Amino acid sequence: MSLRISTAPHMHNPLTTQRLMQFVFIALLPTAAWGVYAFGFSALLVLLLSMASAVAAEFVWQKIAKQPVRVGDFSALVTGLILGLNLPATAPWWMVIIGSAFAIIIVKQLFGGLGDNFLNPALAARAVLLASWPVHMTASACVNPTFFQAGVDAVSTATPLGAPGTFTLTQLFLGQCPGAIGEVSKAAILLGFLFLLLTGVISWRIPVITVCSVYVCTMLIGGADWQGALAAVLSGGVLFGSVFMATDYVTSPITPWGQVIYAVLIGLIITLIRLFGSYPEGVTYGILLMNIATPLIDRLPRTIYGVKKEAKKA
Amino acid sequence: MLTKTFKRGIHPLHSSHEGKGPTRDLETREYVSDTVVISMAMNIGAPAKPCVKKGDHVDIGQVIGEAQGFMSVPVHASVSGEVIAVDQVPSLGAGNMTAVTIKNDFAETWVELHPLGRVENVDPAKVIPAIQAAGITGMGGASFPTHVKLTFKPGATCDTIVVNGAECETHLTADYRLMLEHSVRIVDGLRAVMRALNVKKGIIGIEDNKPEAIEAMRKAAQGREGVSVQPLKTKYPQGGEKQLIEAITGRQVPSGGLPIDCHVVVLNVGTCAAIADAVIDGKPLISRICTVTGCVRQPSNLLVRIGTITEDIIGACGGYSETPGKVVFGGMMTGICIPNDQMAIMKSTNGVVVLNEKQARSKNESPCIHCGRCVQACPIGLNPYQIKVAADKSDFESAKKLHVMDCILCGSCAYQCPSRRWLTPSFKFCKDHITAEAKAKAAAEAAKGGANK
Repeated sequence: MSLRISTAPHMHNPLTTQRLMQFVFIALLPTAAWGVYAFGFSALLVLLLSMASAVAAEFVWQKIAKQPVRVGDFSALVTGLILGLNLPATAPWWMVIIGSAFAIIIVKQLFGGLGDNFLNPALAARAVLLASWPVHMTASACVNPTFFQAGVDAVSTATPLGAPGTFTLTQLFLGQCPGAIGEVSKAAILLGFLFLLLTGVISWRIPVITVCSVYVCTMLIGGADWQGALAAVLSGGVLFGSVFMATDYVTSPITPWGQVIYAVLIGLIITLIRLFGSYPEGVTYGILLMNIATPLIDRLPRTIYGVKKEAKKA
Repeated sequence: MLTKTFKRGIHPLHSSHEGKGPTRDLETREYVSDTVVISMAMNIGAPAKPCVKKGDHVDIGQVIGEAQGFMSVPVHASVSGEVIAVDQVPSLGAGNMTAVTIKNDFAETWVELHPLGRVENVDPAKVIPAIQAAGITGMGGASFPTHVKLTFKPGATCDTIVVNGAECETHLTADYRLMLEHSVRIVDGLRAVMRALNVKKGIIGIEDNKPEAIEAMRKAAQGREGVSVQPLKTKYPQGGEKQLIEAITGRQVPSGGLPIDCHVVVLNVGTCAAIADAVIDGKPLISRICTVTGCVRQPSNLLVRIGTITEDIIGACGGYSETPGKVVFGGMMTGICIPNDQMAIMKSTNGVVVLNEKQARSKNESPCIHCGRCVQACPIGLNPYQIKVAADKSDFESAKKLHVMDCILCGSCAYQCPSRRWLTPSFKFCKDHITAEAKAKAAAEAAKGGANK
């Protein structure tokens, strides 16, 4: 009789990386669905194309690099979907493909693949697209003009950040405003957030603190009243970014206190860029900058059982 | 119920009573096998030296292996009968080891015993020698000679004895049954130790998923001065020595130190019962309760003789219910795999868990996604993912700086890891390597010092 031998432990929590990615994918569906409903068929095409090209880029790269093909772990699919949700429904097809390929090959694979990228791939790709084709990225069309009675121009209007005060808080919350496909409906994003919390995929810390930080910073630095600060939170990609992108495991700090520092600073940077920068929106750069700071934050000392705080050398 | 606990930790199999369901309500039954194979390496430290030869007749409790120095305990015959072999058998993790095989004549004749009498009248100076003579080692799994633990280095003081009845390991219910069926014995053993060391406080820690055991132990402790029961939160590794001390006393064992450095001694409930047997009845440690569960037809709690072969134990539990893939001595979180079912029960074997082929299949590692579940799990407060990076590069210096030596190998991080990374095995490798390196360095320096003279 032959028995297998191994070192302990002999069992595992059933939760796997693949399952985690599937949960994130499911959590993104409500906001994706709203995006397709609000912006129409072209939004669906953008999402499908970004997912397909992200998975294809990962597959092709791993084949070329003679690496084990890990497309089955769903991470490329999630990256593709997040990137798609970050784009306007009017994004041309070639831009979507370039974005996906950049995210997967340049940001993720060239730095070592899953787990080793120092920036959130979808977000880095968005930043590149924004710098390269700002007109395509900020044009925010809508095919369903009934939602946007308050808007100046039903077909092509500035985002709420470009024209503050154009939309009511309710419109901003429900997603009756222009913007990137996935960022408009805060209600749908909160639904996804709730799902991620209940399944234990993420903790409340990063999203809640980031949002609070934006709120407080807008009040303190921008001098906004509570309504203005709330509008700032509900405008643009704050909610989408803090729930789905700032919480990316790979590029956010691991320790609870590290996450607090990270989230507070993201909120601060977003607000500073919005108030004083030349861009109307700062979510992308706020998160990317803190992604870069993450390895540093993870080095903060922790309390270890039985280890006295190391006495300072005189 | 006011429960105490430690920081972080995990809840394996929480929805299914930590896997204890099949055996927790089964009364312990005795099983005596035909032959026993008793290893001479029952404890950490020097193995015993056999003092019987083939053909000898032995009685139960007769010394068959003599202790070799202070870090060693004698080994006793667990059945009466004829010695049919004194030879080398495979041992767990230490190559081959001398073992004595005895054919049971079922006469159940005992050697003459020398009890010390009732706990309240016992001569304190005689307790610890009696514990060594009875061959008692830590019964929770570590096999550390108990008399060594109870003999302090000069200047060390102890104010609390903590008795470990947490049984946080999944699947095992041996300690639980012991607490229900022999609660008075456990308290007696604890009192004997308190008397021997002149310690006034003894606290029995039990997880709150065992309310019946808490009740039984409270009853047994009633009227016994200084003895109390502390309910603990059901959380793994609540029964880890350091976590137990933190939960019960609020103190922490200093890094690299022993419990006695924070004035505490921890004893397993099984060890306490064995001490009571040794002191009150003069009986050496020849049997123990062992949970047999997993893929066996009749999961049971068996009172088995030390040296019983695993195959016989499985047979006593109706045999395998599926093709076995792995057989584990101990629980699922820290147990040791045995290479075949001819291995014999040791003094520290608190369970035999059989896994089927599917459960036994090893999982492939996938890349770390920095999800932080290992960090949230680690009861020590380490960053397991960072240590693993160092370990994978064989960068032992960095691993040491990240406090790998403080890792207790509880397996919590590896259990939680969604990428199935072999965290705990890596850390064990690191710790073993660093320890061996330090030893070699010390030996080399000693040799150099000798040459200089």
